[in-house]
Amino acid sequence: MEIVLVGLNFRTAPVEVRERVSFSTEQALRAAEELRSKGILEETLVLSTCNRSEVYGVNASSSRESAGALSSYLCSFHELQPDLLNPSLYHHYDHDVVRHLFRVSAGLDSMLLGEAEILGQVRDAYLRAHEGHATGPVLNRLFQAALEIGKRVRAETELGTRPMGVASAGMKLAERIFGKLSERSALVLGAGTISEQVVSQLRDRNIKHLYLSNRSREKAEEFARQYNGTVMEWGDWDRSLKSPDVIVSAVGVQDAFLTKPLIEKAMAARGNRGLFLMDLGLPRNVDPAVASLYNVYVYTMEDLTDIVDQNRAARQSEVPKAEALIEEHVGKFISWQASVELIGVLDTLRGSMKERRSAFLKEKLEGFNHFTPQDREHISALMDELIEKLLIVPAERLRAEKELRRKIQSVEAIRALYLSDREKP
Amino acid sequence: MTQPFVILTVLAYLASMGLYLSFLYSGKELTGRLATVLMFLGLVAHYLALLMRAKGTHTVPYHDLQGSMSLFGWLLAVTYLCLEIYHRQRTVGAFVLPIIMAFLGSAYLIDHYAPPSAAPGQAVQSLPHGVVFALHVTLSILAYAAFALSCVLSLMYLAEERFLKIRRLGEVVWRLPPLELLERMSHTSVLVGLVTITVGTALGYVAIHRLPQQQTYYDPKYLVTVLVLVLYAIYFQLARTAAWRGARASKLCVFNFALVILSFTVVNLYLSQHHRYF
Repeated sequence: MEIVLVGLNFRTAPVEVRERVSFSTEQALRAAEELRSKGILEETLVLSTCNRSEVYGVNASSSRESAGALSSYLCSFHELQPDLLNPSLYHHYDHDVVRHLFRVSAGLDSMLLGEAEILGQVRDAYLRAHEGHATGPVLNRLFQAALEIGKRVRAETELGTRPMGVASAGMKLAERIFGKLSERSALVLGAGTISEQVVSQLRDRNIKHLYLSNRSREKAEEFARQYNGTVMEWGDWDRSLKSPDVIVSAVGVQDAFLTKPLIEKAMAARGNRGLFLMDLGLPRNVDPAVASLYNVYVYTMEDLTDIVDQNRAARQSEVPKAEALIEEHVGKFISWQASVELIGVLDTLRGSMKERRSAFLKEKLEGFNHFTPQDREHISALMDELIEKLLIVPAERLRAEKELRRKIQSVEAIRALYLSDREKP
Repeated sequence: MTQPFVILTVLAYLASMGLYLSFLYSGKELTGRLATVLMFLGLVAHYLALLMRAKGTHTVPYHDLQGSMSLFGWLLAVTYLCLEIYHRQRTVGAFVLPIIMAFLGSAYLIDHYAPPSAAPGQAVQSLPHGVVFALHVTLSILAYAAFALSCVLSLMYLAEERFLKIRRLGEVVWRLPPLELLERMSHTSVLVGLVTITVGTALGYVAIHRLPQQQTYYDPKYLVTVLVLVLYAIYFQLARTAAWRGARASKLCVFNFALVILSFTVVNLYLSQHHRYF
């Protein structure tokens, strides 16, 4: 029972290669089925996201042999030359697979440290493989443990709590002022990539009213259709600045167009209710003097980048805590694996001893013709009892062994001393 | 008999404070819930400590300074817990519990080093009796506790608002409640204070009318209480107006509480004839 992993990720492969090796849901299931039917693996799971494609497997034979066959299979499945794919592939075996998957699940192996999406992707991949009967007892246990550690790391460390993007940092700040944004309104000025990120964040938070405005009305309308927003006329500031609680501006202009008198007027119209202004334009869209207005909070791209940098450092400082949790779970998994292997080794040893007992009795009792079949059965039963007695003490000692390394070493020693290669489970 | 309950109260409040602080730092829901449960247990033990002490001295808890302070701490805890449940916000606990502990600790120290002048089983000085008078005192102390809570909430608002305004977000700002929630919590607290001080003051007038001897109506405490009531009513109105909503209203709330402290200390101890400890 050996676990193997062959895969590539954003660290080992450029996006062009990653795109060619990615698996759709159907492809993942087909690959899992083929890998098992061809006898390359007994249990299989394909994890494919935009940043990684990994095939996890379990095989009774050597995991290194399986890894070679798996690499060749990946090349043929995606119709790629081995020269192109092999340099990007990494191979992990047994405990390293366990550790790798737990780190992936905890978000430690992600491009954005601590990101939450990967846990959902691991869960979906596992559920699909499980439903497709591609997994077995080992991968089931491994992925259930991975999901558990993923949740635990997020609950017990601050890896996932701090915003890591400028747009999400801005939204978190708005929530510091207003609380939940589901009863609030927002105005997004501009229709570029940054505006799109902000709108996506606002939609994730179920913003009640989303207003969009752009110098090109056509673009604004397209944007509004896409995100179910309302278009406001560009330049009609009296109307458009009156109601939103959050204003995000990401427009390429030479001079700041959201001036102090303009915002002052808007604040008077909105009864001085708090206003959060995110100035994501370069150069600035909001006059710096606006920040001095009562109940107005202005954050520029620079401020938000500073917050993201601080958060990145804070998340980084949580990594040792997460790694410690992962090691704890790796230890638990290996312990479980060793117990399973111990049972397997003892069963094989028992079978082997009984085989030898039969041969031994047959040989030694040949001359004892006066023994009745009942006597022979009785002697056989007595020898079976002796075998059980000989096995029970080491088995109990090994089961009670707390030190994992010694337990594994003992199992390996039994395997090496008493079982032939043919008999090894 | 009081001692074990005091110890239990202190232990429960201390553990609760530790958990509230941990909740503020980690944001773990389970820690927050445990903090609330321990605070509730502390409240029960605190109530029993007050009850035992009152039985021991054969008088009401607000008869002396230490009793009044302990009762104030208890009512502050009750008000906070109700507010926490109503607004579903636990982060304030870490800021309120030190105040409760301070009142409880002071009451205990006074009790320990300067015990009540009366011998056990003997009342010190006669106070008006009856439910109306008891309600007058309890509601008045409850009002002060609610005002204290609104002051804490306003100070939190001012600090968080300042950090957000100058764009210096430390570790704690991410954990604090949103500004608008702090504002709402402060309003609720002031509303509780306004209602209870109004009813409490009215009951005080009723209680004084029932006394057999002639009472003076020119106790400075009456004037200061009316002033406190008016100022908080003004705050309640102003906090909703365009010009005052936000930091300005919070500053007014803090100022109002400074007057409450003045009423509790200088006015009670040096100017009032009938309101020594409440």
